[in-house]
Amino acid sequence: MTNLTDLTLANARDALKAKKISAVELADAFIANGEKHNPKLNAYITLTSDLAREQAKASDAKLARGEAGALEGIPLAIKDLYCTKGVQTTAASKILKGFKPTYESTVTQKLWDAGAVMLGKTNLDEFAMGSSNTTSHFGNVINPWKRKGDTTDLVPGGSSGGSAAAIAARLALGATGTDTGGSIRQPAAFCGITGIKPTYGRCSRWGTVAFASSLDQAGTFAHTVKDNAIFLKEICGHDPKDSTSSLNAVPDFEAAVGKGVKGLRIGIPKEYRMEGIPAEIDALWEQGIAFLKDAGAEIVEVSLPHTHYALPTYYVIAPAEASSNLARYDGVRFGLRANGSNLQELYYNSRAEGFGNEVKRRIMIGSYVLSAGYFDAYYKKAQKVRALIARDFTQAFEKVDAILTPTAPSAAFGIGENNDDPIAMYLNDVFTVPTSLAGLPGLALPVGLSKDGLPLGLQVIGRAFDEETVFSVSGAIERAANFNAKPEGF
Amino acid sequence: MALTKQDVEKIGKLAHIALSEDDKTHFGKEIESILKWIEQLQEVDTDGVEALASVSGATLPWRKDEVTDGNKRDDILANAPHSEYGCFTVPKVIE
Repeated sequence: MTNLTDLTLANARDALKAKKISAVELADAFIANGEKHNPKLNAYITLTSDLAREQAKASDAKLARGEAGALEGIPLAIKDLYCTKGVQTTAASKILKGFKPTYESTVTQKLWDAGAVMLGKTNLDEFAMGSSNTTSHFGNVINPWKRKGDTTDLVPGGSSGGSAAAIAARLALGATGTDTGGSIRQPAAFCGITGIKPTYGRCSRWGTVAFASSLDQAGTFAHTVKDNAIFLKEICGHDPKDSTSSLNAVPDFEAAVGKGVKGLRIGIPKEYRMEGIPAEIDALWEQGIAFLKDAGAEIVEVSLPHTHYALPTYYVIAPAEASSNLARYDGVRFGLRANGSNLQELYYNSRAEGFGNEVKRRIMIGSYVLSAGYFDAYYKKAQKVRALIARDFTQAFEKVDAILTPTAPSAAFGIGENNDDPIAMYLNDVFTVPTSLAGLPGLALPVGLSKDGLPLGLQVIGRAFDEETVFSVSGAIERAANFNAKPEGF
Repeated sequence: MALTKQDVEKIGKLAHIALSEDDKTHFGKEIESILKWIEQLQEVDTDGVEALASVSGATLPWRKDEVTDGNKRDDILANAPHSEYGCFTVPKVIE
């Protein structure tokens, strides 16, 4: 038997069903890996090893009775933005330290109903605001990858940095993430793994700590495209508790992975050939185009003319929604409470003490763009530009079935780099934010290595509710790229 | 646009966040540069474009106005930093 932690999610599922391995031994292998590597990587804020063993035992009983769910016995890591009943849920913020929800998020409930096992809650940027996982109150996450011949600690990307690092370092078979502007896809690229943000509305947002509600979307991380297809299916579907969750039927994503791309038209957006993007990112993109051409797809140049305005649009809309959503942290109903001689001081001081700088800055920008006299100039304007960005995609998808782009403008960078200038940090999401604004599905997968030996990825974007084509295209790229490099930096 | 110290203080009030003098200086500078960067949206011609609030396109569903959940006082208070007699407590509001 190979090392249990080297299995893919799909292989583990099949081995469990065939009773070649037990859920308990699988959970134990990941628990041991977590206990060994987490002190260095800081991928988990909370390890739930006892709960994992208990759930794994129950899974073995169900497997023995032939009542296994779709993810029976599969050990998962859960981003610490999903409320988990009785288990600390922090959003990586000081203001929620010690918060133990008395309810379970819809996404995680669906996973437990499908038989999955929870290994722990993963680290993230505070309230999912960041692209480097350096804004967590619980410390930085360390990327398991290192540059060749260099010991510098690198960021795992963000905001779902802990989830991505946990998969790359084999501390879980799959991990949930959330993606508001790139928070699944960019860390997947930085950590050399695969992750998907499905269409806005595919998954319920109920019980997930809110950041920007018109953009927030649950999604998954795993080693392969197929693993993501199996995993994602289980968290999708309508939920009466989230009125924006879609009534659309959830297709069999797994069946789409091997379908191939013969006859599909793949769009290459010319505006994504940006100045200042490293040549190796461009070369990787060309490589991806060649893979799809060889597999029988037709390559079509498309135009997304408002791409340039996506980031500033996002940095009006997301902070505006965040300033409203985060108004609930007032030191009264839950979370940290600071002293104050009157109620207003209590509010002001609790929020000053409980939030970190990135979160404060975004709440302040959001409050400003929503304030009297600026609402039309900033917020309304951004919503209109958002409509144009969404229309760009609609028009492009009249000509093509999927779009291929780079995932991030660079490989993982060192901790502390890009920290002085918020706008430089925001540029990390230049290729992922437009998709989020348009609410479309995007999958990031590793395709090659940089000259420094770090993973680089490509992004496949699909029509709304057409994750199946995204999986087919990604499957074809994955087979051609045959990416099998492993991190050795931990 | 340039932000004055008073502007930053006003934003702090809107955001309900206490700001030290230091905070006012560095947040002021950062917010100013971000707002300057956002200004580029004004170049985009949006005449006749309807503002997009939601991408879902679906009309929100109707449901009966009835209680589907409730009687969870203890759950709701479980994470309160201070509570008494089954209520949240705050400093005195009315003298």
